[in-house]
Amino acid sequence: MVSLKVNGAVHEIEVEDETPLLWVIRDEIGLTGTKFGCGIAQCGACTVHINGEAQRSCVIPVGSLQDAEITTIEGLSTSGLTHVQQAWIDHQVPQCGYCQSGMIMAISALLAENGDPTDEELAAAITNICRCGTYPRIRAAVRALASRED
Amino acid sequence: MPTRRTIVLGTFGAAGALVVGYAFWPSSRIRRANAMDAAKDERFVSNWIKIANDDTVTVVIPHCDMGTGIFTSLSQMAAEELDADWNKVTAETAPSDPLFANGALAEGFILSQQDMSGRDIPPFLRGTVANGFRMVAEYMDLQVTGGSSAVRATGMFGMRLAGAAAREMLLKAAARRWDVDVASCETRSSRVIHKATQREFTYGELAGAASDYEPPTHPRLKDKSEFRLIGRPLQRIDIPGKVDGSTNYGIDVIQPDMLYAAIRISPVFGGKLKSVDTRIVEGRRGIRQVVKLDDAVVVVADRYWRAKAAAADLDPQFDGGGHDKVTSASIAARRLEAVRGRDAKIDLTRGEGIDALARGTSFAATYSVPYLAHSPMEPMNATALYKDGMLEVWSGTQDGLGSRAFCAKAAKLSLDKVAFHLQPMGGGFGRRLPGQWNFLEYAVRTALAVPGVPVKLIFTREQDTQHDYYRPNVTSAFWGSLGPEGLVRTWVNTYTTDDGANPQAHIPYDIPNQQIGSVKVATHVPTGPWRSVEASWHGFFVESFVDELAHRGGQDPFEYRRALLRHAPRHLAVLELAAQKAGWGAPMARGRGRGIAIVESFKTIVAQVAEVTIDAKGALKVDRVVAAVDTGLVVNPDGLKAQIEGAIFFALTAALKGEITIDQGAVAQSNFNDYEMLRLADCPEIEVHLCESDGEVGGAGEPGVPPLAPAVTNAIFAACGVRVRNLPIKNHSLAPSASVTTSE
Ligand code: FES
Ligand code: FES
Repeated sequence: MVSLKVNGAVHEIEVEDETPLLWVIRDEIGLTGTKFGCGIAQCGACTVHINGEAQRSCVIPVGSLQDAEITTIEGLSTSGLTHVQQAWIDHQVPQCGYCQSGMIMAISALLAENGDPTDEELAAAITNICRCGTYPRIRAAVRALASRED
Repeated sequence: MPTRRTIVLGTFGAAGALVVGYAFWPSSRIRRANAMDAAKDERFVSNWIKIANDDTVTVVIPHCDMGTGIFTSLSQMAAEELDADWNKVTAETAPSDPLFANGALAEGFILSQQDMSGRDIPPFLRGTVANGFRMVAEYMDLQVTGGSSAVRATGMFGMRLAGAAAREMLLKAAARRWDVDVASCETRSSRVIHKATQREFTYGELAGAASDYEPPTHPRLKDKSEFRLIGRPLQRIDIPGKVDGSTNYGIDVIQPDMLYAAIRISPVFGGKLKSVDTRIVEGRRGIRQVVKLDDAVVVVADRYWRAKAAAADLDPQFDGGGHDKVTSASIAARRLEAVRGRDAKIDLTRGEGIDALARGTSFAATYSVPYLAHSPMEPMNATALYKDGMLEVWSGTQDGLGSRAFCAKAAKLSLDKVAFHLQPMGGGFGRRLPGQWNFLEYAVRTALAVPGVPVKLIFTREQDTQHDYYRPNVTSAFWGSLGPEGLVRTWVNTYTTDDGANPQAHIPYDIPNQQIGSVKVATHVPTGPWRSVEASWHGFFVESFVDELAHRGGQDPFEYRRALLRHAPRHLAVLELAAQKAGWGAPMARGRGRGIAIVESFKTIVAQVAEVTIDAKGALKVDRVVAAVDTGLVVNPDGLKAQIEGAIFFALTAALKGEITIDQGAVAQSNFNDYEMLRLADCPEIEVHLCESDGEVGGAGEPGVPPLAPAVTNAIFAACGVRVRNLPIKNHSLAPSASVTTSE
């Protein structure tokens, strides 16, 4: 039995310890915003925050996460959209959208640490795969977020 | 038996009259649509347009959303002609029912076939036609999303007419109520206004009465100068659900008591299951059943993870289907032999054809492209429930109605016993088009084996990579001869094909003597349409060879193309715009180079200039890609730019890294670790410039792909003198020692 705090709610999860967090989130808890893309930590579609850090949930055994605080795309904001989500709309970033939950989680964690990343820092930190090729708009949206005054 | 083409052209021969003929539903059909798909307070006014009492206009889209923005652009086209208030417009997916089949799509293509020679069915529809479920000759009912067809067929032949017809019906209904002449009324922002008295009705107030009129067959369409919505960069209506995780893709379907399934399919295409020892997984927690199919094993469990882990632990034995000796090298050797042999079927001859080759300086080159997987981010999946003789299926495909028919056939049920729920797709790129629905078939067969409960089958990424319908592996040989001034006088081309002649091999260039032909090389590897279909290979071949001829002739590749395109003003304008925006001709540092290419596909002309840097160790970086695009009428400029940007990146991944190889009859790659993808760090600066024209409306989703690979390989040649003739680029050394060679 593992106790997880997901988006603020505590869940007692009774599955095999080696079950990847991704499938616990999707199939046990029923939050489907976090996506399956590869299962081997290559694509980032499954990115969530574990204790504030962006992690690829498809390769993290749930048994290692006792009492961890997990945030998924559904819990990123408690009211309305975050600045990142709004920037994604303003810059019309998503195409098919399938990678974007993971992308937004990865970018949000990066910006929380480094509010004004250079293009090089951004490229080094964001290795999520987007088959639709939305990267030019991701760059533009991040540039706009970095220069935002608030 | 008439051939397929005579059926199509025979039936649609007098296509002009049919456009309006069945772009419209008679009022009896509208009543059926109301019963099927309208809520209590809404009415269908014409096909595809529902208006509710509260003035909400819902555009019912006979396509699916795979990220190309067509829900927005098609709604824009309908709302334009309807004079609807854009803030009150929504869109929804049409039910997968023949009533909502997309006649406009058929018509759009049949019409454009009138001026196409030697053309059968467009490649992206071939699977549909082949599945035989729907009678091509009868109605060619379609809901296909592919071939960059949505705007140019559904939009131009369907949505605009439906909007215009609905508007005229609303006008009639208002005029009748006021007892005035229709001509004394006008429409604006979802209202009908009586000009003299300024009285007005909202569309919601008129919808019921309007829907009783027979739709006009020749509604007046707006002139370009009257557009308020078409041509504006309106925000995409599907995007909000894609930033908060709420869009419900096929993989996200949840049904009560649902089980999950993972599959192991015969690695060699066509292989059959010999045996599988299921004891190691039986009795494991959650495992419900191991289903043996003729060519696959499926593990059904209460959770996907358990099914996936158990499937991975099985060791099923398959036979090789007679193909287990085939390798990429053996296929390549057969193709090379074929293009160098004498069996080509000549598709086009101009001037003196091949006989002119002997005159002037001649030059030959052979190119090839590898198999490619589509690899959309959402792996193939489908959920199916077989219960009490009825089948219900949920999945994201590029043709909802066709999928329903396909599932019915797979289950040997009649169409009325099958329901299909079309879900948004996490990418398509051609993978989910008709003819490529192995995931539907396996889901249905699994559901039949586990009746009474819904089962969600998800391909692992490995199964998705190894059981695709690949972009064909193609070899193309060219022979050219140059006249005294260095311009090409003769163009001879023979390429391999999986099916038939490819019209996309025809060139836009003004070359007096031409001969183009193909030779069929069949293999056991399943192939299918991949974003831009045959243009994805012929674009590379043609634009590489032209570039080589330019260099042979001692001329600038841009000026060379200009000279060959003097007769084609739209091409010329696009080429010049790309060159100008890219700063063609400006000096570049050592190790850097620029390349140019231009390809027309799906009626859209795209030119691209790529800039590359090759460092001292031979590492390549694509720095910048500048594209110029002429797609005729532009419905949503921002949406079009997004499609071209995405296509450039998609094509760059393929050009640099993309390669599916065959080993012992099976695909050697499995996941993103060995079927590599570019990422943010690899993304060049991309600029897209639109040049609007009065040309026919072209596609948006695909035409950005073809010019990219040759623009990059031409730039590599300019930078370091290495000519890449065989994709992908990663297989070639660009280090200085390799310079001034041709890399085969
Ligand atoms: S699914 Fe986790 S990284 Fe791809
Ligand atoms: S938006 Fe489709 S994969 Fe990123």
